[in-house]
Amino acid sequence: MTTTPTRDAQPPADTTSSDAAASSQADVSAEIEAIAEKYQRDATDRPETQPRLDYPPYRSSILRHPTKDLHHTDPEAIETVAPCFGHQDVDVLESDLTIQHGGEPIGERMVVTGRVLDGDGRPVANQLVEIWQANAAGRYIHKRDQHHAPVDPNFTGVGRALTGPDGSYRFTTIKPGPYPWRNHGNAWRPAHIHFSLFGTAFTQRMITQMYFPGDPLFALDPIYQAIVDQQARDRLVATYDHEVTQHEWNTGYRWDIVLTGSHSTPMEREDDQ
Amino acid sequence: MTTSPLPPTPGQTIGPFYGYALPYDDGQHLVPPGRADAVRLIGRVLDGRGAPVPDAMLEIWQADAAGRIVREAGSLHRDGHTFTGWGRAATDNTGRYSFTTVRPGASRHGRLPFIAMTVFARGLLNRLFTRVYLPAPESALAGEPLLASLPPERRGTLVAEDDGSALHFDVHLQGDRETVFLTYPGHAP
Ligand SMILES: [Fe+2]
Repeated sequence: MTTTPTRDAQPPADTTSSDAAASSQADVSAEIEAIAEKYQRDATDRPETQPRLDYPPYRSSILRHPTKDLHHTDPEAIETVAPCFGHQDVDVLESDLTIQHGGEPIGERMVVTGRVLDGDGRPVANQLVEIWQANAAGRYIHKRDQHHAPVDPNFTGVGRALTGPDGSYRFTTIKPGPYPWRNHGNAWRPAHIHFSLFGTAFTQRMITQMYFPGDPLFALDPIYQAIVDQQARDRLVATYDHEVTQHEWNTGYRWDIVLTGSHSTPMEREDDQ
Repeated sequence: MTTSPLPPTPGQTIGPFYGYALPYDDGQHLVPPGRADAVRLIGRVLDGRGAPVPDAMLEIWQADAAGRIVREAGSLHRDGHTFTGWGRAATDNTGRYSFTTVRPGASRHGRLPFIAMTVFARGLLNRLFTRVYLPAPESALAGEPLLASLPPERRGTLVAEDDGSALHFDVHLQGDRETVFLTYPGHAP
């Protein structure tokens, strides 16, 4: 859109003057803090586990959240089961994001592994896990990503896997970089990997983001902070695991995912036979 | 309602950059467009001001025309004849989406058939669930437990219009015509 950045390029002049960037980080941080304080003041014995849908510090949510309460309903038969995926859908090589091109991507090679479980701790076996992420420089292969950081010709940042019988998944990838966005002036997302998950029931479908321990951007990020309960937020942060790290090859992170919603029913077990 | 020993992992927004990762060829075609019993499910995703949402993604999950719930793999690489009951479509620059599918049959005698739908979007911090009911006489709609539990003016947000070749269903994330979004037992706030 503007000029091609050169080696010594300064930040593009329009990064803080775009329409959505009318607020400063201090403004947004103050809003985040006020909501967090109110949550702590009103603390109940049922802590929140999910993000608020109505969370004004994330500006794009203002016109995109329902204002009426979600309506409670019992699942019908179709909602108690989930779509099936198999090896015709997912090649085993799709779980290695570092081998999709002719050369090796730049960055910290890492493995992220864990298990997909239901609320009773039962593994979700043979189910689809999809991930997507920025490259080591914080740039996505997406036409709308205008971040002035280099595209890596050897990294697309898309992976798929089927969980094993114990609900386990394992991806080999590159540690993503943080990236700027236009929620407010000088807004940066903490480094993250997007995860898309299915359960054994339609009602367990979820999309989320996995973060890395100790990210200094956590306190500043209205998407992460939209989960107002600290313990709940912590559940999106992977653990560094030296057992997953491999000698002279990759660092390792572990992250388990617990799905919500209703669980398998007698009808489903019948259908599975 | 059972109490879960493990607290659930929180959701997060799908963000703006899923477009090169999640949509895939024929994701929106649960059946090939030319098939005799094919019907299009089309509509728009709109925000609280009625503006189109060009970065939303919808998934649908449904029984087949006979009301059978199929358990077939192959949604990501469709073979042209296996009905998997599941599809995925992103909205375009005008907020429009389009699926090609079949009208589902009722899975239980005396109940109205519907297509289960999940909604994702940039700006939407967690997924939303809803149902797309096929049109039916008012008396039948009023007898369906979920629809009966809604105020009459909101009932219509869950019922598609059928013009013979297409089912029309708009998703209003917010506003006067806000779609009824669902939560199920076991879901925590
Ligand atoms: Fe992202």
